[in-house]
Formats: sequence, structure tokens, C-alpha cells
Amino acid sequence: MKSLGSIRRDFAPWNDPNAKPYIQFDRVTKKFGDFIAVNNLSLTIFEREFFALLGASGCGKSTLLRMLAGFEEPSAGRILLDGQDLRGIPPYKRPVNMMFQSYALFPHMTVEKNIAFGLKQEGMPGADIEKRVAEMLKLVKLEQFAKRKPHQLSGGQRQRVALARSVAKRPKVLLLDEPLGALDKKLREETQFELMDLQQELGLTFVVVTHDQEEAMTMADRIAIMDKGEVMQVATPAEIYEAPTSRFVAHFVGNVNMFEGKVAERTASTTRITGATGAQIVVDNGGAAAAGSDIIFAIRPEKIKVSSKKPADAVNALEGEVYDVAYLGDMTVYHIKLDDGQIVRASALNASRITEDPLTWNDRAWVSFRPDAGVVLTR
Amino acid sequence: MNSTWSRFNISSIVLGFAFLYLPIVLLIVFSFNESKLVTVWGGFSTKWYVSLFHNQGLMDATWVTARVGVISATVATVLGTLAAITLTRYTRFRGRVLFSGMVFAPLVMPEVITGLSLLLLFVAVGLDRGFVTVTLAHITFTMCFVAVVVQSRLVSFDRSLEEAAMDLGAPPVKTFFQITLPVILPAIISGWMLAFTLSLDDLVIASFTSGPGATTLPMKIYSQVRLGVTPEINAACTILIAVVAIGVIIASIANKRREVQRQLDEQAAQRG
Repeated sequence: MKSLGSIRRDFAPWNDPNAKPYIQFDRVTKKFGDFIAVNNLSLTIFEREFFALLGASGCGKSTLLRMLAGFEEPSAGRILLDGQDLRGIPPYKRPVNMMFQSYALFPHMTVEKNIAFGLKQEGMPGADIEKRVAEMLKLVKLEQFAKRKPHQLSGGQRQRVALARSVAKRPKVLLLDEPLGALDKKLREETQFELMDLQQELGLTFVVVTHDQEEAMTMADRIAIMDKGEVMQVATPAEIYEAPTSRFVAHFVGNVNMFEGKVAERTASTTRITGATGAQIVVDNGGAAAAGSDIIFAIRPEKIKVSSKKPADAVNALEGEVYDVAYLGDMTVYHIKLDDGQIVRASALNASRITEDPLTWNDRAWVSFRPDAGVVLTR
Repeated sequence: MNSTWSRFNISSIVLGFAFLYLPIVLLIVFSFNESKLVTVWGGFSTKWYVSLFHNQGLMDATWVTARVGVISATVATVLGTLAAITLTRYTRFRGRVLFSGMVFAPLVMPEVITGLSLLLLFVAVGLDRGFVTVTLAHITFTMCFVAVVVQSRLVSFDRSLEEAAMDLGAPPVKTFFQITLPVILPAIISGWMLAFTLSLDDLVIASFTSGPGATTLPMKIYSQVRLGVTPEINAACTILIAVVAIGVIIASIANKRREVQRQLDEQAAQRG
């Protein structure tokens, strides 16, 4: 039997041109008065996908989710679910369920009644409701809390009740609005994996809204990075991190060093960049950048090597001085001030307990990186 | 904070409470007076309580007051709740500020003016003054109090509860009755009780709008006092005070218990 992990690895309908899209945002715009929350946005989500909308608050990600749930209607454009246009269908008739950021548990009902609420609206027979509720309670491990009211539960338990209630009706799509936002760090990490297992087990399509990049990276098959009502990039977590297509995305996810410069020379296999302050950088892949154009070279701190002597074989090596050192236990972060004035952030894993040749404040140092370590951004 | 019992603190408290409660204590004490003279103590007796229940006029007035109170408080609660919902939910209609101002204006309107204007209205439309007009008048002036109480609850009401209910398949009307109403019910009940109490002790508006056969208890007491205070009135007032005090005490004990239980529950939940 395949492990869940390998199923996830093989799962990539977005690369299959014949795959049928499940949820489609087709040039959707949403205005609140003069404020444009979502701007002419198109997005495709596939069946059984774990899809994350990631962005800072106010970027329109929650509005997008609320439009899918039916609490807001788009000002323009269409939203399709399994081929059906959702326009005009009220929230109580849509085959999607939502887990709210505040959990929105009904305070006057027990855990049991909360979970049964949606099933009752469907007109499911009493015996079936009981069975389904028991099943849901077991799924979220809250069997002994069935008769409690929400205020008699801890934060983590409330979160699980909210989850059980939103999946009880077996919706086609589950929408999660900052599902782990109210939990403490440790519980959040555990729950991330529980959510992923649950999604695999039930075979549902999950659309999750979050501002926490780590959460999105851990859980999602694909991530849409949003800014000011627009999608900046849609890709798998690894692609988002390793191959951002814009300054915004590179900056938004993780730490990054940016070198401003011009493309000095382009050949089929290499691109030579002259930094604004004189540094020479050679990279494998110049992307769409034409010779002579202004670009940004972005490189992650962990891809940069710091050493006290110039590495003999390095293609790219820049000299500077140690400006700051932060020892974090598992790794050490260096801030190197290059001779041209730019500060470069580099992180080194502390693989052995004792470092020979430790670098410290004001030491001369070299930073080096491989030609394939960074990306060239044109926007 | 300084919590020592200085001479100043003690005298402040004694004076303050005496100012508040001396008249009431006096009234209660004299309701058990044997003597017919209100200001002369003639020994302990409960005979005025007995004779009170044989005073048909007072008993009739009590019955009228109770009916007016229950009916007007109930109608005012429905109308006040609807007003509160509209004003908190539909925040974007034209003239909302004007409307909310108009709903709450009666809170500060002098009762004499409310009473007089209602009287003029009833005369103008040819409605005979009596039970119906008092009840209508009480609905009018208690409604805004209900609206204030319910609105303050609705402001802190988490709208995502309603969205969750609709998301789970409940149409708006069902959502209102199954989710919204149960959650704001405590505020609605307090609104009702406030309206009932206000109706119970209203004298001014009732005097303007009542007619023959619909004399309320405050009106009756007031008119009897003008002929001279009898210990019977003292007894009636003592009973009224007792009823109100018992109500308040029960309500606060229930509240306190719920609060304590809630805290215990939450602590238990935190422990896991």
C-alpha cells in the first residue's frame, strides 16, 4: 500500500492539461464601495486538492473564501463549482461548508447538537444523524465531550468541534478560514498534520485561508500568494520558495537577499549580472531577462556559504566583513557587509558541535554561492 | 486602594444609606402599626394587610396594573427587539441616524410631554380612554428601553454564528429562530422585565391616558394619599417592595451561580 506521502507526491492535476478544474474563479472582481477587495482574479482549484490562499491581512483572501461560501456575491466575474455557476445560490444551498476563524460554535447547544445541526437541516433521519455524529466525534477524538457546551471546552477542543461540524455533511469543498489561528504554537503544529490526514481520509477538497506561511507550506498542495486583491503566484510550496516569480513573492515567503543590477551578458547557458554597486554575479538561468535590462537577483540565506578565505572553485564570491552574528542553536545567521556596502544575510547549519575557524564580528569574510542558487526576477 | 475603616468612611456610608433607605424603612415599619394614625406608633399588628385584601378598589387597581404591565411589556419587547435588530443589522439605509435617534428619544423625553401628546392623539382619533389607551401608552414609552437593552447585546453578537448556521443549510428565518433568538434571549428577558417594571410604577403617563375603570395601582395609591395616608397604603407599598426585592435577589443569585459555574467549567476545560 502506498503511504499518504507518496499519494501526495504523485498528485499534480495542475500539470495535466486534461484535468477538469473543480473550482474556478473566472475574472472575479469584488468591490466594497470604492474599495476593490478582489481585482479581476482568475484561479483554478482541482478536486481533492489542499489549496492555500496566503497573504497579509486585507489582501482579499478572506473575501475570496466568503464569495465561495456565498456570503458575498462577486461584483463581476463568475465562480464555478464542478461546472455549475454559483451566482445567486444562497449559502444554505451550496455544497460547501466553512470552518470559521472564531469557530462560531453555537453557545446554547452541546457538542453533539452542534455537529448534528447541519444534518438536521438536510432532513436526515434521526438514527442516521446519531450514527454520523458518533463517527465525527470519533474522528476528532472527542467522544467523551459529546454532552458538553462549547464554553466547557479548551481552545483545541473547540477547534476540533468546529472541524467536525463543518465536515459532518460531507461537503464537496471545505473552506477553512485561519483554522489554526487561535491555537498556541505546539498545538498548531500537531493540528496541521491532523488536518492533512483528515483531508486525505475524507478525500475532500480543502481551501484554506491563512497569513502564516509555515502553515501554508506544511499543509498545502499548492499555494496562491495574494496581494492587493490579486494573485501574485500559484505554485507548489517548493516552487514558491525556490522559484518565486516576483520580488513580492520572494520577499513574502522566507528570508531573501536581493541584489539590484543589470544583465551584462546573456548566453544560452549563463547570464552575467553587474550589480548596481559593482559586484559581478554569474547565474545559470536568467529567466526572461534580456541583456541590458534591469533585474533583481534574489538568493536565500541558506544557499550562501560564508568562509574566511576565498573558496578556490567558487564561481560567485564576494568579499566583505562580518557585521553581525546570531547563534540560534541549530544554525548560525551571519550578516556580512560587502565591500560595496550591501549587507548579505547568510545562514549556516551547525552540523558539528565544534566549528574550526569560527567567524566573529569584524572578521574579513567571503560569501560564495553556486550559479544555480538564486533566481533572476524581472518584476 | 485604602480600605481602612476611617471615621470618615463609616459616616459617609451611614449617611448615604440612611438617605436612600430611611424613608422606605419608615414606610415598612409603619405598615405594621396597630394605630390608625400613620405617624403615631401604637404597637405591632398585621391587620392592615388583612384589610388590604378586602379593599376592592386597591385589588382592582392591582389587577389592572398587572394586566397592563404584562401586555405592554410583551408587545414592547417584540417591537423593541425588532427595532434593535433593524438598527444593528441594516446599517447602510438612508436616515439610519435619524431613525435611531427617534427610537431612543423617548428615553429622555419628559413623561409629562409623552403623556400629554398621547392624550391629544387618543382624543383626536376618538379612542375612549381606558385600559386600551394605557396599555398603548405604556408600549410606546417602554419600547425604547427594550430596544436599548437588546441592541447592546446584539452589538456584541458574533455574526459568524448566523453565517455558520446558514452555511450548514439553515435558511434565514430558521437561523433567526434557532440561533439568533436563543443567544440573545437573556437580553430579551431583561428587556421584558425592565418594561414590566417601568409600566408597574408609572404614574404620570397613566394619569394622562387612563380612563374610568382602568385605574392603575400607582394612580390609586396617589389618589388615596391625597385624602390622607392610611396604613393600608403602607402595607400595599411594603408588599410591592417585597415583590420587587425578591425578584431582584432571585435574578442576581441565579446570575451569580451561572457565572461561578461558567468559571468552574472553563477552568476544568483548561485543565483538559
